[in-house]
Amino acid sequence: MSLIDSVSRVTAPKLPRVDGLIPWIVPLAIILIWQLACVTGFVPSRVLPAPTDVALAGWKLLLSGELIKNIWVSFWRASIGFLIGGSIGFAFGLANGLSKLSSQLTDTTLQMVRNIPHLALIPLVILWFGIDESAKLFLVALGVFFPIYLNTLHGIRTVDPQLIEMGRIYGMTDGELFRRVIFPGALPSIFVGLRFALGIMWLTLIVAETIAASSGLGYMAMQAREFMLIDVVVLSILIYALLGKLADSASRALERLTLSWHPAFQKQ
Amino acid sequence: MQQALRFQPVDADPVDRSEFIEQARQLRRGSEGAARGLSLTIRDLRKSFGDNEVLRGIDLHIPAGQFVAIVGRSGCGKSTLLRLIAGLEKATAGSIAFSEEVRAQDVRVMFQEPRLLPWARVLSNVEVGLGRDRASADAQARAERALLEVGLGDKRGQWPSVLSGGQKQRVALARALVSRPRVLAFDEPLGALDALTRISMQQMLERVWRDQGFTAMLVTHDVAEAVALAERVLVIEDGRIAEDFAVDLPRPRRRGSAELAALEGTILKHLLEGSEETSDL
Repeated sequence: MSLIDSVSRVTAPKLPRVDGLIPWIVPLAIILIWQLACVTGFVPSRVLPAPTDVALAGWKLLLSGELIKNIWVSFWRASIGFLIGGSIGFAFGLANGLSKLSSQLTDTTLQMVRNIPHLALIPLVILWFGIDESAKLFLVALGVFFPIYLNTLHGIRTVDPQLIEMGRIYGMTDGELFRRVIFPGALPSIFVGLRFALGIMWLTLIVAETIAASSGLGYMAMQAREFMLIDVVVLSILIYALLGKLADSASRALERLTLSWHPAFQKQ
Repeated sequence: MQQALRFQPVDADPVDRSEFIEQARQLRRGSEGAARGLSLTIRDLRKSFGDNEVLRGIDLHIPAGQFVAIVGRSGCGKSTLLRLIAGLEKATAGSIAFSEEVRAQDVRVMFQEPRLLPWARVLSNVEVGLGRDRASADAQARAERALLEVGLGDKRGQWPSVLSGGQKQRVALARALVSRPRVLAFDEPLGALDALTRISMQQMLERVWRDQGFTAMLVTHDVAEAVALAERVLVIEDGRIAEDFAVDLPRPRRRGSAELAALEGTILKHLLEGSEETSDL
């Protein structure tokens, strides 16, 4: 491991640092062009404020504490909803992947519910929960549930049966078989579900917060629209993009950490 | 003797007995080799999958420590016989009796595919082979010794995905050997390897068999491999043992020698004639 590290350092001393910057070239270029278009008056500021104006609006909101509060509220909702929906989806995925009875009992029902767009439930959810926290958590949990459920189930069902037979021959108990063969085998698929779920998590939260909320990033954007504060609207959108990227990077890091055995995650 | 001939399911072993075997093995460890293998006797063994009768009455005695090769055309039931002996399938009728009561780790199988856990390092993969002894204090030392035996001591920390096909199969061999089995069943273990790797793997199989003295059963398509390795070659046809050749040639056997070639020719001729007779079935 350390040998490989040092070899790649010797042969390509500066490459890794440059590699890390390449993905940011396009976003930076877009911001630059955007700024130029605004400064030259090509794009009127009623339509799109300049990046500097957006940054200024962000700074003001930061100073007033409003920005931090709203980001924190949204982040909290996203994580709690994700935890609830994700763990229920994971549990059902495990149960239905491992037990035929459980799968026969619940899979059909879950597949039916899956085909209802969960955002279509917003009117019903508002009637049930009003616009307080539980409404948002419910929607996020519901949205996150299915990708995690489906991919956990798929992962467990597609574990190589030859490896399971091998485990049994070598005297693994059911617990060991799960821990050493089935779960690691299902993990790549579970991560696919995780990343889908993170995307759906933000999507659901934004919609829920713009329709029914009294705090959070979506609410901040809707308030700004009421007062024609277009810079704040753009700021909210940009923050969503950054938070989404952050969640994705976190799941990628987790993937690299746990799937280091996988050829796709090994160093070339 | 009567008690010994009773067929024992592999996991129904009383504790005191297994301790006795373990002690006996400790004593033997000084003089490896003879008497470590188990002899087995098979009586009128039958196996059907639905209407398809794969084995139609196999009678066979394999003395302790013998190296038996089983050849036959595909679908003749040779792999099924091996899986029955290894306890992976249940017989429809008949019995398989070992000379002593067997524990799960006394009988090991090696398959055509290495079946390594891709998410476990080479050493942990070998430790899997210890069965219930995985948790014991010397597990790692034993796994390391088994890896050295197959010449892969330096690969202990690697992921299986970086190994070549032959190396993976050697790890699988180490995993099968680490519990010091007394019967080792090979189900075409070299079938997927290239010709040169095959030959060096054959030499390795022969060496560990001679070192450890287990009873070896090798199912193979390759008649040349069978006569190069085995003391006895069984030809299976239509679910029965059609022919039983003894291979009384001194070791190390020289590949391509006249005697080996002659014997290979005889067995091949037999297999081909068999296929002509049944070709219109």
